[in-house]
Amino acid sequence: MSALSDQLLVATILTYLAAMVCYASVYTLDRALVGAGAPVPAAPAASGGSRAAELAGRAALVATVVGVAAHLATLVTRGLAAGRVPWGNMYEFVLAVTFVGAVAWLVLVVRRPEVRRLGLYVSLTLMLLLGVAGLLLYTAVSPLVPALNSYWLVIHVTAAVLATGIFLVGFVVAAMYLVRNAHERDANKFAFAARLPRADVLEPLAFRLHTVAFPIWTFAVAAGAIWAEAAWGRYWGWDPKEIWAFISWVVYAGYLHARATPSVRRTVATWIAIVGWLTMLMNLFGVNIFFVGFHSYAGV
Amino acid sequence: MLTGPALRSRLRGSLRSLLALALLRNSWRQLTSMRTALVLLFLLAVAAIPGSVLPQRNVDAAAVGRYFAAHPSLAPVLDRLWFFDVFASPWFSAIYLLLFTSLAGCLIPRLRDHIRALRAVPPDAPQRLDRLPFHAVLSGGDAASLSAALRRRRWRVAVRGQTVAAEKGYVKETGNLLFHFALVGVLVGVALGSWYGWHANRLLVAGPDGAFCNTIQQYDEYGMGARVDSAQLPRFCLELTDFQASYLDSGQPTSYRASAVVSSPSGVSRPADFSVNSPLRLPGANVYLLGHGYAPVIRYTDRSGQAQTAVTPFPPSDGMLTSEGVVTFPDANRNVGGDTKLQVGFQGLYLPTASSPPFVRSSHPTEQAPMLMLFAYRGDLGIDAGIPKSVYTLDTSRMTPVGQGVLRVGESMTLDDGTRVEFLGTRQFVSLSIRHDPGERIVLVSVAVLLVGLLGSLTGRRRRVWFRVLPSGEVEAGGLARGDYPGFGADFARLVEGVRDVRSV
Repeated sequence: MSALSDQLLVATILTYLAAMVCYASVYTLDRALVGAGAPVPAAPAASGGSRAAELAGRAALVATVVGVAAHLATLVTRGLAAGRVPWGNMYEFVLAVTFVGAVAWLVLVVRRPEVRRLGLYVSLTLMLLLGVAGLLLYTAVSPLVPALNSYWLVIHVTAAVLATGIFLVGFVVAAMYLVRNAHERDANKFAFAARLPRADVLEPLAFRLHTVAFPIWTFAVAAGAIWAEAAWGRYWGWDPKEIWAFISWVVYAGYLHARATPSVRRTVATWIAIVGWLTMLMNLFGVNIFFVGFHSYAGV
Repeated sequence: MLTGPALRSRLRGSLRSLLALALLRNSWRQLTSMRTALVLLFLLAVAAIPGSVLPQRNVDAAAVGRYFAAHPSLAPVLDRLWFFDVFASPWFSAIYLLLFTSLAGCLIPRLRDHIRALRAVPPDAPQRLDRLPFHAVLSGGDAASLSAALRRRRWRVAVRGQTVAAEKGYVKETGNLLFHFALVGVLVGVALGSWYGWHANRLLVAGPDGAFCNTIQQYDEYGMGARVDSAQLPRFCLELTDFQASYLDSGQPTSYRASAVVSSPSGVSRPADFSVNSPLRLPGANVYLLGHGYAPVIRYTDRSGQAQTAVTPFPPSDGMLTSEGVVTFPDANRNVGGDTKLQVGFQGLYLPTASSPPFVRSSHPTEQAPMLMLFAYRGDLGIDAGIPKSVYTLDTSRMTPVGQGVLRVGESMTLDDGTRVEFLGTRQFVSLSIRHDPGERIVLVSVAVLLVGLLGSLTGRRRRVWFRVLPSGEVEAGGLARGDYPGFGADFARLVEGVRDVRSV
């Protein structure tokens, strides 16, 4: 079952790669929008771009759905092999986070078809993270150490996985907003951004995603604190993981406040969200690799 | 009558106080502005970083010691700047205290405004509803049924003649205020915990002779809150009766279970089990299982034939419970040496499973092939001078090595002077953290309120709608979102549609 999970991971990565190629070919096939000064429709997919591009877009979506299914199967078989929830170590955590990211992306693209072109960047990010997980973080299936063997694992880590996955998609949208916004101000910059959704579509979307993820992240940190009280005797002890979770929380809180302040420009606010994602990455990879703390287990 | 210079000086004085007042008011405004709050939030995040990069005393004091040894010139400078106590440092405290002051300065006026808004009736409709961002005309209706329909949808409604004004979404500001007041609650809980909380650590060896009672004299290390009277700790005694651990073949632990007997001052004893993730909760203190290991039992027979037995916990140095420790016999040879001290001490290495040479690491945490290596020293242990010493290191500066050996359980070896040391076996020990934090509950409740407030603040949308029954019998509707609400158009259309249905029923 464990070997099956590993094979399914390869299948998942390849399917996301296929999706990425399809998303990319939408860019090259769809010449209707390239002309200088061409109006930028809010929903390029529905605007009657070339038929080939339309087909490639559909194929990309289908590939994403298949990828998510394979991804789910990877997680399920891993969980069956281990006999527990499949997020007991860093490898499994990244698997789960990217799965949530992929599902969040699918939900987004179904509800807001006009942002489909972001799929290229979402699937690129997913593939990079999955590649890192498979190549660098891979851990053989093993049961939980006693400290992790608690129902709080399900509550705390599931919330952390959900929040991180949604922040991931939020980050991609926020980054693409910054690119697109720069392009709208100066058409010579980031020529490829001509085919992205409009900045005033992307920015509220990025904000929306962050407003969904932030309370979940808050809950994840709070649940972690409750668990830490039972396991380590204190609800908060400034362990490196706790410090970076706190930093991410503060930075994202700063983003939400900046976004609600009219005198702060939207680009500045969005940059704060980007910094927020960098702190999440630091917490995910940096803390486990560079620092020693209570949250180190299963090799990393 | 004031003369020229006196008048001038008094004027200057009052001008100065006016300026000071203005400066104060401006600083206050600046401090409570959102920009300042954002900068402080950012600073708070940045200031936390060194706490994760450098070892912290409150987390791992030994790591700070190692850092000092590795960076002898840099470490004292960092230490003076509180970099090893980041979260207790004046600069970190300054940032969050300023942030909370800024928060209070912002919250109190907002609370006042919000209470006023909650008690106010929705304002009257503007003259021309068609000027509003959202506008619709219904074919008919009357003020009473419209207001009933709106009330059913939980709008706050005010009817003024033929106009109905309604407002909704107060939950946004309510949630916002709850969230921020809950943050203050968290801070209060943390502060109470640091004043009235205490914690202590203790190694507890299994068996009745290992039992301890909850007084600071019996702790290996402890930290008392500023307002804790260490003589008033809750009274209980704890004896470890058994410790069970199970492992995979790989040596990875799968479960721990400690069995203990708790006795209260009234003399009642009761058995209690606890483990990792399920602490022993006693009135006024919780006992947490942090670690475990083996305590070799060693009997030493000195030159006068006096036998003494020591049970000494050996702290494990890896996951396979390779354990190192120091066993001392300060009372050995007391009657034979005269003025020269003939105390005896051993440095020991214990391997629960010694499977292959060179026998420096255990290969499994269970005792499958236990082996104890002892290095014997005789002389002055240096513990009578009254200088505190670590119990895990042997100061051999005034001692001479007098033999070494490898012992299996039950084996003994003879030192150079004919005295004998025997390895009788081991006992389990656990390392415990005993803690009390009265602020915990406040923090927990605050965080729950914080989450509820956050959800309200992020999902609530304040908006107003007005309906006016025109002389023609038609009803004009207008809507206005207060604040950011991209979906208000659809929401407004749904509302208008809904009240139209109600009317026709």
